[in-house]
Amino acid sequence: MIANIPYLAVVGLIIIGLSAVIFKKNLIKIIIGITIIQSGVNLFLITLGYREGSTAPIWTSSPGGVMAFPVPQALTLTSIVIGVAVTALMLSLVIHLYRHHGTLDVRKMGGDDQ
Amino acid sequence: MNFLDQLLSHAPALLVAIPLLGAFLTPLIGRVNDKLRNIFVIGILGFTGILVILLAQQIFASGPITYVFGSLDPYVGKETVIRILFEIDALSIFMAMIAIVLSFSAALYSWAYMEKNTGLDKYYSLLLLLTVGMLGMVLTGDMFNFFVFLEITSIASCALIAFYINKVKSVEAGFKYIVVSTIGALFVLMAIALLYGQYDALNIAKLADSITFSFVDKIALVLLIAALAMKGGIVPMHMWLPDAYSRAPASVSLILIGTTQAGLYGVFRVLFTLYGNVITLPTISMGWALVILGLLTMLVGVIMALIQIDFKRLIAYGAIAELGYMFLGVGTCLTILANPDITLAQAPFAFEALKGGLFHVFNDALDVGLLFMVAGAVYYATKETSLNRLGGLARNMKYTTIFFIIGLLAISGIPPMNGFASKLLIYESTYQLNPILSIIAILSSIMLLAIFIKVFHAAFLGPKLPQFDTVKEVPRSMLLAMGFIAAFIIIFGLFPDLIVNTIVDPAANALIDNAGYMRWLIGG
Amino acid sequence: MNGMTKIVKTIAGISFPFIVIYGLYVIAHGHLTPGGGFQGGAVVASGLALILVAYGSKWAATKIKEHDLSLLESVGAIGFITVAFFGILFGGVFFSNFIVGTDLLFGGIPLAGAADINTGGTLPLMNFAVGLKVIAGLFGIVFIMALAISKKEESA
Repeated sequence: MIANIPYLAVVGLIIIGLSAVIFKKNLIKIIIGITIIQSGVNLFLITLGYREGSTAPIWTSSPGGVMAFPVPQALTLTSIVIGVAVTALMLSLVIHLYRHHGTLDVRKMGGDDQ
Repeated sequence: MNFLDQLLSHAPALLVAIPLLGAFLTPLIGRVNDKLRNIFVIGILGFTGILVILLAQQIFASGPITYVFGSLDPYVGKETVIRILFEIDALSIFMAMIAIVLSFSAALYSWAYMEKNTGLDKYYSLLLLLTVGMLGMVLTGDMFNFFVFLEITSIASCALIAFYINKVKSVEAGFKYIVVSTIGALFVLMAIALLYGQYDALNIAKLADSITFSFVDKIALVLLIAALAMKGGIVPMHMWLPDAYSRAPASVSLILIGTTQAGLYGVFRVLFTLYGNVITLPTISMGWALVILGLLTMLVGVIMALIQIDFKRLIAYGAIAELGYMFLGVGTCLTILANPDITLAQAPFAFEALKGGLFHVFNDALDVGLLFMVAGAVYYATKETSLNRLGGLARNMKYTTIFFIIGLLAISGIPPMNGFASKLLIYESTYQLNPILSIIAILSSIMLLAIFIKVFHAAFLGPKLPQFDTVKEVPRSMLLAMGFIAAFIIIFGLFPDLIVNTIVDPAANALIDNAGYMRWLIGG
Repeated sequence: MNGMTKIVKTIAGISFPFIVIYGLYVIAHGHLTPGGGFQGGAVVASGLALILVAYGSKWAATKIKEHDLSLLESVGAIGFITVAFFGILFGGVFFSNFIVGTDLLFGGIPLAGAADINTGGTLPLMNFAVGLKVIAGLFGIVFIMALAISKKEESA
């Protein structure tokens, strides 16, 4: 049972993130929602590679015994790097939107067609 | 000759590496001279195009090839496939051809079209990066690598959609696109993690070999199809597409067609190859799911296109309608494949439908691409996209008008253009599955014709308007790019048999030939 | 964006060298310990961001230009892909680790229990290139955002 808690956390994080993206009207909160989904997926990948009682997969200073599987960690790292780029891009677009509209609320945007 | 052999043996890696290197060199060269930078970008894309053609010849002659990165052997130990590898079969190279034709003509078109903008170093860098993303998506043989290239494509295309950073609508379209496509990409990653957790493999061939269609696989399938169909702009996940296509610069809209089709390639690859061994197991036929999505896409596309008054937005909805034909054609084939009671040999129309669907992928890229370039040319000359305010342009822009007529005939499937060749294949074959399918398909084609005749009348015919008195024909580089695509359209339309036999038929065969895709895994 | 108080500036100045050294350590040991180009680069970039926040973007704009950062970023990326290209020339495959097992710098083969930095072949070189790109790229993002915000403050 205790080993399943990370998976429950994954489901929780993804649902929280999705509901934030769907229901929140503030652009920054939408971005936060996306990063929460991202954390959930990353947590899932990390959990896949974990074995009970395993050590960190560092080849040169391993005390021996079971190691955690490093490939999911490498995948997670790649996903985090991509996440940084996406978040930076989204935030910079929001800066431009805020500068134009003076608000972050999607309901108050729009109107003029240029 | 020796050098050429060497080049060819590394061509799979070079196809992605050369545009990538070009993308990072572009800002450096842009500091020296603008013209040199434009020539450099066109040269890089031209060289990549030549590599694609050389590689295509080899693959059509001798079957799929795999290229392992970092080592000569894909295996570590005896059975673990952990290395990243590119697996290129006829379908991959077919999609790569589309991608490179679109990016090459977009680079050519941008020379004059984007000339007056600032920040062009970044624009060309992103354009090359987007090409890298598209090529990587279609060439890779590794699920996680597919995800990485998917994200490269999303990031680069989002930045390009929002390139007119002062126009707030462009920024909004870019934001919408990045939010939607990031969530889609995270679904893809989740699905990959689900598969990886079960089968301890990221390689597509290895996964396809060991997949069992367990409950978790079903979840992964739904996540993958939903996310990739969203990237492909299939109704009801199409809401980002009209905004993105119409607010981006015309040259970017052209490449965006390539990215949507790379998404469609993902759908086809997942259904036919990844889940190819177990496609008969679902109780709901995946083929019918594709067919219904295709019909919905067609209908929504044409109905929404009818009421548009913005030139580029109208073409964007036309593009959505065209995407439906591909799903219809490929889905028809899948209904037979997914049905355990009928084999493909008993229903020869299914293979025809697949050929039609895949041929239409190429044709759609050319037709819609040409129309976007014409819309861009009209905007370049008049600074106007609203059809209500345009008129009489045929008097001043005769070449553009001719290209528009070519695109109009091609997109609505009128002979002798290429759209007719692929649509005829789709009509004939879907009729044998269910007559209603082809009736709806023909109806939406007729509506497309009507819509674009309306555009032709509104923008090009009629008396000369005083405000467009000084309008001149667009510069030569734009005409050249349009001519390049138009030449493809006419050649494809005049010799459809030749094209179908040389490139479409091997691609369709590769898609249904699962054992061929996994041959290296079993043989080596 | 203006600078902060003298206390913040001093503390930022004291901790900056430690942050940078730590980041460079993570980059240099990327092939032996957890970490590598991206993580180390992110640490260095956060150190630079600390200085940027403490001293203000106006001050920073007098010290460094945006296009220098993008030049550095391009150089890092080109370095990475050039090493990969050398794999074709010397190792026969793209991305091939052609240095490991030779007498060149970083030519050693890593063994269990002995953390020798002179191992890893092309991996340390690629880590350096990625580190350079990430430092320039991440700091560039923060820097440009800070400039954009300060422009907004001026106009308001």
